[in-house]
Amino acid sequence: MTTWNSWLFWPNNVAFSVLTLAVLAMLFLYAARKPMHGVIHSVCELLSQSTRFIARWLFLCADNLRLRNQSVLLAQGQESAATVIDREFERVGNMIRKDMQEFPALQRKMMEETTRIEDDYRKCGEVPPPPPEWVSALESVAQIKSGGDIPRKLLEDINKSIQKIHDKTVAEFRRSYEERHKILKAMQPSWRSVEKMIGEMEKKMLTLQTNAKQIDGHMGKLEGIRAKDNKTEHALTVSAFVQLAISSLVMVIAMGGAFINYKLIALPMSEMVGASDYITNNLKASDVAALVIILMEASMGLFLLESLRITQLFPRIASMDDRMRHRLMVASLTFLIILAAIESSLALMRDMLIADKASLMRDLAAAAPPVSDGLLTSIPMIGQMVMGFVLPFALAFVAIPLENVVYSLRTVIGVVLVQTMRGIGFVLRFAALLFKRLPKVLELAYDVTIVIPLMIERWVIGMRADSTADSTGGKELAKSVRAA
Amino acid sequence: MSKYLTLLILSVGMVFVSACGDSRIHSHGVYMLVDTSGTYDQEMNKASKIINYLLATLNPGDSLAVAKVETRSFTEKDIIAKVTFDKRPSQATSQKRAFKTSIEAFTKGIKGSAYTDITGGLIQGAEYLNETKAGIKTIVVFSDMQEELGKGTIRNFPIKLNGIRIVALNVTKLGADNADPRRYLDRLARWEASVRKAGATEWVVVNDLDNNLESILITR
Repeated sequence: MTTWNSWLFWPNNVAFSVLTLAVLAMLFLYAARKPMHGVIHSVCELLSQSTRFIARWLFLCADNLRLRNQSVLLAQGQESAATVIDREFERVGNMIRKDMQEFPALQRKMMEETTRIEDDYRKCGEVPPPPPEWVSALESVAQIKSGGDIPRKLLEDINKSIQKIHDKTVAEFRRSYEERHKILKAMQPSWRSVEKMIGEMEKKMLTLQTNAKQIDGHMGKLEGIRAKDNKTEHALTVSAFVQLAISSLVMVIAMGGAFINYKLIALPMSEMVGASDYITNNLKASDVAALVIILMEASMGLFLLESLRITQLFPRIASMDDRMRHRLMVASLTFLIILAAIESSLALMRDMLIADKASLMRDLAAAAPPVSDGLLTSIPMIGQMVMGFVLPFALAFVAIPLENVVYSLRTVIGVVLVQTMRGIGFVLRFAALLFKRLPKVLELAYDVTIVIPLMIERWVIGMRADSTADSTGGKELAKSVRAA
Repeated sequence: MSKYLTLLILSVGMVFVSACGDSRIHSHGVYMLVDTSGTYDQEMNKASKIINYLLATLNPGDSLAVAKVETRSFTEKDIIAKVTFDKRPSQATSQKRAFKTSIEAFTKGIKGSAYTDITGGLIQGAEYLNETKAGIKTIVVFSDMQEELGKGTIRNFPIKLNGIRIVALNVTKLGADNADPRRYLDRLARWEASVRKAGATEWVVVNDLDNNLESILITR
């Protein structure tokens, strides 16, 4: 109130004081109009230029980052596709090697079968019956012109002989056919064997064909990557997002397992490192020790999978010679087994500690001990021990999703960063546009506060213009009169 | 790069080492004074329950002592049992069992004292707790808080209970308190003023032993 009063020229007459103050302010603002307009222009120009500059810089950075991300993404994709193709080729190579090894034997077998079939075929060729020689004899008898009993007798003898020969020939023919049928029957297994072999070959060829198609697909992808195709880049980016989501989910599940693991060993660890030792205000040494054990298990699992070449987080392990890698694998597996055994025994100790504490509580409460069923009460203990042994191995596999997270997170963060930079750049550019238009608005707003002096100014200028026009008009009239 | 890594490892290691040194800060020390004067020795069953509660609640690394309030209580002879629990939970459980046994033996052969020297017990308790270097120190007084000093016992001097919580348990009303409740209220107020003046951090009265035992120990 005192401050407000100090601004009044005549504190007893507030309205008049305020009016005077307003008039003075208006006069001051009118006098400072041009410099103020200049200040507004300069400040807005400065802000507009700065924001535009920052926006441009952000867009440039985003583009650079995008290019870098693209190169990293394509390099990763290329490496991944090359690995997949390599493995496919290896698989096909193995298949071909294996099948080609079998091919000479198969070919020999097929040749043998074919030769056998050919022989059999030859054997079963039809043997025509001997030509009937008696036909010519019959013709000779028929040409004998003299009748009598001789030709008849002769014909009867011939008939008898023919009948005999015919019976013999028919029997022979039938036997021959029977034999051929037997040969043909014996050919059946050979045909089946050949059919089976051909079927197997067809199946293998089909598998090869499928693999070849897969390789074609991967090669297409690789070509797309090499050509820096936008479609391939988009597919790889989406794949990175999907991979991150899946891996994160698996990691969360693994973390749940690790938490159970931690709960299993935290209490018994206090028996080793002491229950009353603290590392920080709220962090017990036993809890940290349990956590360290779990992290060591995870590390051993990581090294195991690295040495098995399932994951490739450490290039040095991947580039080791096979003997060293094998040694590392054995060492990490041994450590993992030892840690699992320790954890199992800790789980047993946990059960014992809990039982001991429960017994003490019963003693303190003077309660009767519960009736124990040996088998039933030992089930949780056995379960804990088994879990304690199995969980470290299950935890070892966390290296696979971890690797995926590591690789895909880079892409995802890169994409998010680019989008964020572009978003900020857009906002800044919009702000620059606003700052460009703002001076006009501010000038008008400024002029509103000094509207009365401006009106007077306009009126005065108008008056002057009129008088100037009048004087100019009078002079012109005098000139014209003088001329007339 | 390796230089920075070494520095980082060293600094983290130093933080861990410096933090590991003060494990006693987190421990709890409890000194329980049990009134055995003529009017109060009938309450020993309740005292046993409180001791059992303390045994069940205290953790490895904590300290517990139980002492009786006698005619003159400023002496170690009045400490019935005292223990600092081992850091290992299994050993701590065994110690708790042994402690319980010694308390049971004491309750069987209890003899009522002629006078009640609570102040002497408080001084003795403070001495014990300061020796334990526990982070949280509590003196539990299981008594009606009616101090009666024998002839020649001098307790009218300032005592030091700095950083110690005082918990008065089962403060029973005496016959005269029923006639004039102001006596009871004045007695409690006097004790509160006295311990706070001595530097006690907290003064708590717990009479509902069935539902309010958690107030004895401060949660960590």
